[in-house]
Amino acid sequence: MSDRRKPGRGAYLVLAFPLAMLLIFFVAPFAIMIAYSFYRRIQGGFYEPAFDLGSWKRLFEPVFLDRAAFSIGISLLAGAVCIAVAFPFTFFLTRMRRRPHVALLILVLSALSLSEVIVGFAWSVLLGRAAGISNIVVWLGLMDEPRAYQPGFLAVLLGLSYIAFPFCVLTLYPPLSRLDREVTEAAQTLGASPWRTFRTVVVPIMRPTLVAGFLLVFVFTLGSYLIASILGRPQHWTLSVFISDQASFNANVPFAAAMALFLTVLSLVVVGIVMLLESRTRSAT
Amino acid sequence: MRVLRWTITAAVIAFLVAPLLVVAIVSINQNRYMDFPPDGFSFHWYAELLNDTGWRNAITRSLVIAAGSSAIAVLIATPLAYVLRAYDVRLAPLFYSLGILPFMLPPVISAIGAQVFWLSTGYFQRIENVIVSHGIFFSTLPLVTISLAMDQMDRSLGEAARTLGANPRTTFRTITLPLLLPSIITGYAAAFVLSLNEYIIAFLVAGFAVETLPIKVFNSLRYGFTPTIAAVAVVFILIAATVFTMFAIFGNLLRFLGADPGVLDHDR
Repeated sequence: MSDRRKPGRGAYLVLAFPLAMLLIFFVAPFAIMIAYSFYRRIQGGFYEPAFDLGSWKRLFEPVFLDRAAFSIGISLLAGAVCIAVAFPFTFFLTRMRRRPHVALLILVLSALSLSEVIVGFAWSVLLGRAAGISNIVVWLGLMDEPRAYQPGFLAVLLGLSYIAFPFCVLTLYPPLSRLDREVTEAAQTLGASPWRTFRTVVVPIMRPTLVAGFLLVFVFTLGSYLIASILGRPQHWTLSVFISDQASFNANVPFAAAMALFLTVLSLVVVGIVMLLESRTRSAT
Repeated sequence: MRVLRWTITAAVIAFLVAPLLVVAIVSINQNRYMDFPPDGFSFHWYAELLNDTGWRNAITRSLVIAAGSSAIAVLIATPLAYVLRAYDVRLAPLFYSLGILPFMLPPVISAIGAQVFWLSTGYFQRIENVIVSHGIFFSTLPLVTISLAMDQMDRSLGEAARTLGANPRTTFRTITLPLLLPSIITGYAAAFVLSLNEYIIAFLVAGFAVETLPIKVFNSLRYGFTPTIAAVAVVFILIAATVFTMFAIFGNLLRFLGADPGVLDHDR
């Protein structure tokens, strides 16, 4: 932008505080994490400065690879579920009148701000035997006795989808809202059915946004700790649970640091793809 | 298409509301067991939230952390957003990414980072640590809201003030800051709500010494159910819904979320 002024000394002085904060409390921790990942673990949950590749080698052990594969798998699934539901939902949302439009957005934002621990608790009640949905089914006479659907794989997937869904809607919302109405109207004037318009016009235009939303859900659910530990059995625990438990209860901080760095690289690659796609959408519109 | 529209909208509403509804019902159940249908009606568990010192302390702690960390978040975000948008700074994209990144990475990474950082300083398991780490992690939110407001601001106002002889500091204080205030408040509120709900960073930084509300809820879940948890959940939901409803009434919620400005006005 040409109307921006050249920064003087004052401007750099103003920048100093935020940059110093970010450098000290965000960048430095990464450097320390890298250092810690090479520390040697000694008995009793302590560790000493060293150049030990042990923690990095453990990333190739089956225990970790298993967890990583499971986490990536369930996060990809959650991404697919979210996009499949959030895309048509957001499309309809942007075409609603103002009052229901705002009301639904408030609902989405309220769900977004819910603590994971509360989402996990709510779904554990809902899927549980004592006061869950199966009681309603029994009450209606469709089932003999209530049953519990958690802990289990589907419960974890449902919980992850719940926490990621609002983010997904908010990612899809701006481009869908700006999608030129004339495009869809033109298709319909030319005789395309609403479904055909959606499939052949809206979906192709939105493809980069959809991929971006999908990847965001992927990264977001990859970091979830509480959902898997509340709604899953140990075999459903995600990488985040594994990392946090190593860091707190097993006190193997070097291994936790190595895993966190692995997750960082994975997420940065994904975030990079998202940014690339977004810049491509922006230049296309 | 119309049938599809209604089915999907209704299904999503049910999906989003169902857990909230169940929690609300459990929270006003008379006895301490979850049963269906509920046994009777009582606000007993809400009273316990205020009377039980354990819960009350956790609430106070979480409120202190949320208030302090959102203040730090705003103090980081405001100068960053202002200078990067008002001036032609070299490396601006890098600095902006640095402010966005904490929130883009899975929180567990920031949590481990914060943990090793405080461990290596030797100053560990303190509430101040949680406040600072939350402040960094959530500074992304005010950074985004304030940068958006800077983009939409009419630049001629600041130029007029300068032409009339105001120095940059006066211009900032009397023109820019008042115009940015709504976005600063929005960013503060968003950081506040999310800090109140944050678990993993607080837990790894000071979880054994500082029991925040989410940590207490999770600990209580581990050691068995009490309907007080449901009462906490309802209070949280009400706070969030109130905050966002206020945005919708007093601010422009749709534009803040990135809606097409042309569409917004046609059926107001």
